[in-house]
Amino acid sequence: MLKIDTVTKSYGNAAQKHEVLRGVCVELAAGETLALTGESGSGKSTLLHLAAALDGFDSGEIVLNGIAYSGLDDRGRARLRRETLALVFQQFSLVPSLTVAENILFHARLAGRPDPSWAAEVTERLGLAALAQRWPEALSGGQQQRVAIARALAARPQLLLADEPTGNLDEDTGTRVLDLMLDLVRETGAALWLVTHSDAVARRVGRRVHLSSGVLS
Amino acid sequence: MSHWRRQPLQLVILGLGLALATALWSAVQAINAEARASYSQASEQLAAGTGAVIDRPGSDIAVETYARMRRAGWDVAPVLQGRIAVAGRQLTVVGIDVLTHPAAAVILGDTADLSESVTGEGRLFARPDLQTALATTPGLPPIVSNPAIPPGEVWTDLSVAERLLNRAGRLSHVLVLQSDHEALEPESFASGLRLRPEGSQDTAQLTRSFHLNLTAFGFLAFGVGLFIVHGAIGLAFEQRRTLFRTLRALGVPLQKLVLVLSFELLGLAVFAGAAGLVLGHVLAAALLPDVAATLRGLYGAPVEGALGFRWHWAVAGLSMAVGGAVVAGASALVKLRHLPILAGSTVSVWAEVGRVGIRRQAMGGVFLAALGALVFVVADGLVAGFALLAGLLLGAALCLPLCLAGVLKLGQVVARGPVAQWVWADARAQLPGLSLALMALMLALATNVGVSTMVSSFRLTFTGWLDQRLAAEIYVTARDDTQGAEITSWLAPRVQAVLPIRSATDQLNGQSATIFGIIDHQTYRLNWPLLDAVPDVWARVAKGQGVLINEQMALRQDVSLDDILPFAGQSLPVVGVYSDYGNPRPQAIVGMDLLLSLYGDVPNYRFAIRIPAQEVDALRAAIAERFDLPPGGVRANTEVKQFSKAVFENTFVVTGALNALTLGVAGFAILTSLLTLWTGRLPQIAPVWSMGLTRKTIAMVELVRSLLLAAFTALVAVPVGLGLAWVLLNVINVEAFGWRLPMFLFPADWAILAGLALFAAALAAGWPSWRMARVTPAELLKVFANDR
Ligand SMILES: Nc1ncnc2c1ncn2[C@@H]1O[C@H](COP(=O)(O)OP(=O)(O)OP(=O)(O)O)[C@@H](O)[C@H]1O
Ligand SMILES: [Mg+2]
Repeated sequence: MLKIDTVTKSYGNAAQKHEVLRGVCVELAAGETLALTGESGSGKSTLLHLAAALDGFDSGEIVLNGIAYSGLDDRGRARLRRETLALVFQQFSLVPSLTVAENILFHARLAGRPDPSWAAEVTERLGLAALAQRWPEALSGGQQQRVAIARALAARPQLLLADEPTGNLDEDTGTRVLDLMLDLVRETGAALWLVTHSDAVARRVGRRVHLSSGVLS
Repeated sequence: MSHWRRQPLQLVILGLGLALATALWSAVQAINAEARASYSQASEQLAAGTGAVIDRPGSDIAVETYARMRRAGWDVAPVLQGRIAVAGRQLTVVGIDVLTHPAAAVILGDTADLSESVTGEGRLFARPDLQTALATTPGLPPIVSNPAIPPGEVWTDLSVAERLLNRAGRLSHVLVLQSDHEALEPESFASGLRLRPEGSQDTAQLTRSFHLNLTAFGFLAFGVGLFIVHGAIGLAFEQRRTLFRTLRALGVPLQKLVLVLSFELLGLAVFAGAAGLVLGHVLAAALLPDVAATLRGLYGAPVEGALGFRWHWAVAGLSMAVGGAVVAGASALVKLRHLPILAGSTVSVWAEVGRVGIRRQAMGGVFLAALGALVFVVADGLVAGFALLAGLLLGAALCLPLCLAGVLKLGQVVARGPVAQWVWADARAQLPGLSLALMALMLALATNVGVSTMVSSFRLTFTGWLDQRLAAEIYVTARDDTQGAEITSWLAPRVQAVLPIRSATDQLNGQSATIFGIIDHQTYRLNWPLLDAVPDVWARVAKGQGVLINEQMALRQDVSLDDILPFAGQSLPVVGVYSDYGNPRPQAIVGMDLLLSLYGDVPNYRFAIRIPAQEVDALRAAIAERFDLPPGGVRANTEVKQFSKAVFENTFVVTGALNALTLGVAGFAILTSLLTLWTGRLPQIAPVWSMGLTRKTIAMVELVRSLLLAAFTALVAVPVGLGLAWVLLNVINVEAFGWRLPMFLFPADWAILAGLALFAAALAAGWPSWRMARVTPAELLKVFANDR
């Protein structure tokens, strides 16, 4: 369902160009889970952002469900993010003016498929029920991370992109949350592309690609 | 610090905020100082007598009468004062006897040759500017410049004045120089002469309220300006936070950092303050002619239309600027002290503080409002009125954020779609950061509503009152009683009615009052603006069985219907109270027969004439042709009305200008607040953007949010403004002028104002929201990156 074809991306101006991605190719089938590893600064987040239609790329093409990104305008990209995708960032991804409960339902409502009972279940299973009425600012980093995961799953996306979702958690909790996440993804039938530093995590996920020198191997 | 070079705009905003605040404040102060200086110049330097004069109401005094007083050993000095039109401007000519007048030395100054001033064509003395203006006018004696002369006046020798005014052998009044003047009885020299204390003190008294009003406005403007400065400083600090943190982490001691920043702030304040002074001076110079006209028209206070420069004014203005910057910067510096060296989430810290703060603020607001009300109940007078006003305005301003928070919460509950819900919630989260600016907007709007309601109510009442009061078609002022009698008999067969306007001056309840006599006529019954009266009021006045008094007197002396008013050895019940706008003094009306029996043969040279409207012009021309009347001796009521209305409109030009300025300043405050918030804004919108809202939508939301807040602020401002208007009309006006006015509501005006507020908010939000629409994905993505 997702096909990335020789995509390049560089930062900076012509004089001081920094090529981060130099022809990345990868495919992801519906319902598949894929791990993305690589050194810090290798461009993992950059690649994920491109896949999420958040930023533009220099050349190549990304196609999701038959829709080519290069042909989309701002509204088209936004629509894709709203209805087909869901993201979990490294951190700071909650809407600060909404409560935890509101945050969790927010993406699902934006996508036009709010499902309170499913959201409640996700909340419950991620151990967030007690925090539902709190504000994001009153949560620890790990709690925020779990809320972000819950929000993404509650939206029932076709593709979930997660950038080190357990990076903020300690080893044990991280493992538990990841297991939960994999379970829930499987239940919704979503595809998952997950960035991680940890070999242990990468091993639990079905397939694995490694980014170095701007290409995948 | 290189910060400002990278952010020149912020520097401009900070400077502009301080400059604007200083400008508004110092302009008001300059106007006040100028007006006060004019009064004191007029009263102190020249009325150097003992504070008493002898005059003859409605007429003048023969020089022989004065001579007889001198021969009787009285220490008096003659004055002939009158107005002439020269080169298109009205001048007051004051003729004095240089040998007896107490201020002669001041007038003559260093004009060594005394004889030159009194012989030949003589000399005129005038202020330098007037001297320059009149220098080339033909037909005037040479003019000597003397800054001691009051504005708009030329002083000269008696003989020259007689010639200029064409009133040989006459005096307008006589100054009493001896201090034991209470015992003098001028009536023994000629009928109608009276001794009265000089009223120069009154000017300052009467105009005090006007200046208090202006000062209050100045404070308001300065307060609003402080909001801006506060916002700008907050913004500058917020943006340099990381830098400060790094510096601290590198081991720069806190004291040193604070010291450097304080100096930077101080330098800026001095610079911006100076710019503000220049701006304020320009503003004051532009407004002063109108203020001068107001003060002249309303109180007869002499104020010149030109602005001088005063050092202490400049110093005061500058210290206000510096003080303001210190107050506004102090909180930022305190925050800096508590700035943790390690990073924390910027947004969350003040969002938490904000929620508690809003409630505490509202409590403070209620307290202030209650305090104002308490002062008003316990004390009275003008100051208590202003305390009530201040309590009302500040209280309302402090309660505003809580009100808005409530409304926004409600909106969020009611909102259907997720975006709408987010807009409401987000607006609520932004409230603490925007509340200062919104308070400023609320204050500006409320004052606008309040003042414009007062002015419009006053205008409506005043115009209606003028129509009633000036019911007669033509008003005639003859030169003296003889000519008056001639005109009366000539007019009698030609018009519907001749209504004599005759008056005496007497003490009523210890205050000097004018007492008019009226004949029994339909005109009064149909038109006189009675506020309150017994049923058969006119019959009782005609029979000499009652007296009408003006509202000022009723309110100030606490006299009401049916109270017995003792005067001239008589006691009469009050049978009616009438409105009498524009006149600061007590006034009463009795039947003509009673007036004549009480005060003898009072002057009889002014009349009101009733004729059909279409004959007005013809009759005016006929009177002017037949009789040699003084200038302005015949006036149609339309002219008088026009003049009165012009004076009235002038009165409120200044208020209008200040109103518009404060609104502009409030808009500016919103802009700076939004820019301050901008720093913390991206982390709040990036998540929403990532979930599929376009930047354009978010930019619209930014705009809508500001409009929403402005709209609700306007909604709160209207009732507060009406409260303000009520206090102005029923408390301040009564204390300051002695009349109470009915309040009229002008919803259309509110709509316009609300529109203006929305426009200002849209302008202020326009730029940040435009920036939002153009923010790059990379900037938004940075929010999610690890290192912040
Ligand atoms: N907005 C930007 N402007 C310039 N360079 C950038 C920008 N964003 C990222 N980079 C650079 O691109 C490279 C890849 O960054 P990216 O965040 O994708 O790395 P990453 O693999 O996610 O690293 P980490 O494991 O630390 O999260 C880095 O060298 C980074 O410095
Ligand atoms: Mg990364």
